[in-house]
Amino acid sequence: MRDARDALMVARNTDGKLVGRPLSPHLQVYRWPLAMAVSILHRISGCALGVGTLLMTWWLVAAATSDSAFAAIQWFLSSWLGVLCLCGWTLALFQHLFSGIRHLAWAAIYGFEKPEYRVTNLAVFAASAACTLVVVVVGLVAW
Amino acid sequence: MARPGEPHIDTMRSPLGQARGLGSARAGSGHWWAQNLTAIALVPLSLWFVCGMIRMIGASRQDVAHWLSGPVALMLMLVLIVATFHHLQLGVQVVIEDYIHQPALRLWSLLLMKGASVVLAVLCIVAVLRLGL
Repeated sequence: MRDARDALMVARNTDGKLVGRPLSPHLQVYRWPLAMAVSILHRISGCALGVGTLLMTWWLVAAATSDSAFAAIQWFLSSWLGVLCLCGWTLALFQHLFSGIRHLAWAAIYGFEKPEYRVTNLAVFAASAACTLVVVVVGLVAW
Repeated sequence: MARPGEPHIDTMRSPLGQARGLGSARAGSGHWWAQNLTAIALVPLSLWFVCGMIRMIGASRQDVAHWLSGPVALMLMLVLIVATFHHLQLGVQVVIEDYIHQPALRLWSLLLMKGASVVLAVLCIVAVLRLGL
C-alpha cells in the first residue's frame, strides 16, 4: 500500500484474509443514454470554446494592430475553413450555454426529477441546434 | 511478505488512520462560486457578443474601433473578456484534474493552461482598449 487512498481499497473478509475491495464498473459497460451525451458534451464544448478564444484573441489583436493583420484574419474567417470554425464555435457556444443554464438550474435545486431530466436533455439539444441555425442563416444573409 | 499484486498492507497505520483527513481541501466552494457567478454573467454577455459579431461581419478596422468606442460596448467587452477567461481556466482546471493522473504532468498542464489564459486575457484587454479608447 503506497498511497493512503489505497487504504480504503483493502479489507479483510470473514476469514480474516486481506482482499481487494470490488471496483464499480467503469463507463464502457453502460449503454449510452442521452444524459451521458449531454454531460460529456458540456465538457467537450467547453474545451472547444477554450480553443475558440484563440480566434477571438487573434481577431481583436489584429484589429488593434494593422490593416494587413486585420485583412489576414478577415481572409481566414471568410475561407471555408474559417466559416467551418465559426459554425462549430457557434454550435459549441450554444450547446455549452444551454447545458450550462441547466447546470445553474440544478444548482438552484431545480429539475432533478427523471421526467424533467428527459425533457431538458432534449431541450438542450433542440435549443442549441435552433439557435445555431438562426445565427448561421442570419450570418450568411448579413454576409 | 505478500506476493506482488496480492492485497496487502505494509504499514503500521490502520486503514482508517490512513484515510482520515483526506476529505475536502476546503477550497472547493470558492471555485464553485466563481464558476457559477461567471456562468450567470456570461449568459447575457455571450448572447450580446454573438449579436455584436454578426454586426461585425465584413467590417473594417474602423468599424470595429467605432463599435468599441461606445462606452457600453467597451465596458461589456471588458467584462466579457474577464468573465470568459476566468470561467475558462476554472473549467479546464477541473477537466485536467479529472483526466491527467500523473502528478508532474498534471501540475505542468495546469500551470501552462492558467498562464495561457492570463496571457490571452491580457492580449484581448489591451487590444480592446487600444481600439476603444
